Amino acid sequence: MSTAPPRSDPRSWSRTAEDLAGGWGQRQLWGHLGWQDIKQRYRRSVLGPIWITISMAVTAIALGILYAGLFGNDLAVQLPYILVGFIVWGFISGCILEGADVFIANEGLIKHLPSPLSVHVYRLVWRQTLLFAHNMIVYLIMLVIFPQPLHWTVVYVVPAVALLMVNGVWVALLLGIITTRFRDLNPITQSIVQLMFFLTPIVWIYEDFLNSANPTIAERARLAELNPFLHFVEIVRRPLLGQDQQLRYWVVVLAITVIGWLVTLFVVRRYRSRVSYWV
Amino acid sequence: MNVSEPTRRVSITTKDACVDFPIFDAKSRSLKKTVIGLVGGNIASTSKVPIIEALTDVTLHLEHGARVALVGHNGAGKTTLLRLLSGIYEPTRGVAEISGRVAPIFDLGVGMDPEISGLDNIMIRGLFLGMSRKQMEQRIDDIADFTELGDFLRMPLRTYSTGMRVRLALGVVTSIDPEILLLDEGIGAVDAAFLEKSKKRLSDLVDRSGLLVFASHSDEFLRELCDTAIWMEHGRVKMQGELEEVLRAYKGQAA
Repeated sequence: MSTAPPRSDPRSWSRTAEDLAGGWGQRQLWGHLGWQDIKQRYRRSVLGPIWITISMAVTAIALGILYAGLFGNDLAVQLPYILVGFIVWGFISGCILEGADVFIANEGLIKHLPSPLSVHVYRLVWRQTLLFAHNMIVYLIMLVIFPQPLHWTVVYVVPAVALLMVNGVWVALLLGIITTRFRDLNPITQSIVQLMFFLTPIVWIYEDFLNSANPTIAERARLAELNPFLHFVEIVRRPLLGQDQQLRYWVVVLAITVIGWLVTLFVVRRYRSRVSYWV
Repeated sequence: MNVSEPTRRVSITTKDACVDFPIFDAKSRSLKKTVIGLVGGNIASTSKVPIIEALTDVTLHLEHGARVALVGHNGAGKTTLLRLLSGIYEPTRGVAEISGRVAPIFDLGVGMDPEISGLDNIMIRGLFLGMSRKQMEQRIDDIADFTELGDFLRMPLRTYSTGMRVRLALGVVTSIDPEILLLDEGIGAVDAAFLEKSKKRLSDLVDRSGLLVFASHSDEFLRELCDTAIWMEHGRVKMQGELEEVLRAYKGQAA
């Protein structure tokens, strides 16, 4: 639905807010489409979306066994660590990779139906959230096989995932607008995301290196703190593995959320009305 | 997003609205060039992006009750104007103010998913056109009757013929209650009997809508639905007035 009250300057804060709020108002639309995207992907398969869960389980088990052997860790430690890291990374990289393509992929819709740009972004983040939920089934099964020392801190996972989603929205909006204008950024984004997977402690256990007997390794491991993705992974992974919370991860994530949104709001205000010209 | 806001007046007003498309060729649409350009301090290079002026100085005022035909040759800017009026393109210069719920029907196929069933497609298309889930559930039987597709509605859309798809799309599109209805040509590919039936529904839809702009090459269709007309040429409004008058001038010039 495109209720369009009198429009003055296309580059105003009110139009920016209108886009974000208007898109939010169309929850029924993007909620339905997000679900449809998931079902669609497994449309003619017998198991359907359960395949998401299965492939996550296969990856986590295979990598868990491999890296437990390589690093000489106990499988009961390595596998849960890799699994949770992978699930979080799946959400982050999904938001970034699909975010870079969000308006280009929806060119037909943008050119034919006037709707707030944010609709496409909400749909994307919702779809990623549904994938995340499917993957969490593997986590629950894992809890049975490798029980974790969970305590009440596990509830922190709720605000942590909420923060992931809030950040997913700005990342997709910002990247979506920029890559629609500069198409070269799409492949650049892909390679950076792939690189960041290795630089983020997902398969390697951060604290093991931090507490390494070799001071050079410990020193170098500290550099990982500069990686913003580490903080996002940690705020979700720590409560799920029963590890104690560390304030600094939350502070960094909150700072990124605020700064990211500020930058995105300026970009949306300035370039929102140009996207339909660029796609 | 209230459906009924009865106090609001349905209208479209544009003043000197221009739609300019920057055409970034493969080279200039890259970061590399811009960065180099910035470093080199060559500011003028930004204006070297070729621009297509699709619409120039469009000044219109359409009120509730307007039934406007849009005529012009291919590439005259009819579709771009419809997109401007729907709010998809916001004018690069000038202003365009649109109040009312817009239902643009430019392409019957857009937003249709071949892998899902006809019924699901009806729902999605309706949501795209601004209906709520509840409203669509109320209408779905009516739409199913109209399309005459019967059990086929439970089949995935990819099994449909072109004509069947058009039936489905028309069924949804004509079931909504728009305040501003923007129709682009290309409502064909249906068999004659069905066309008669859809004409009736189309004109009912037009009667329900507050404001209509209809781009078409079919004089017959235009005469049926519209009373005034806008003639577009080279991205400008060449003439605006009574339908017959404009059609005569347009045809006279074409001959």
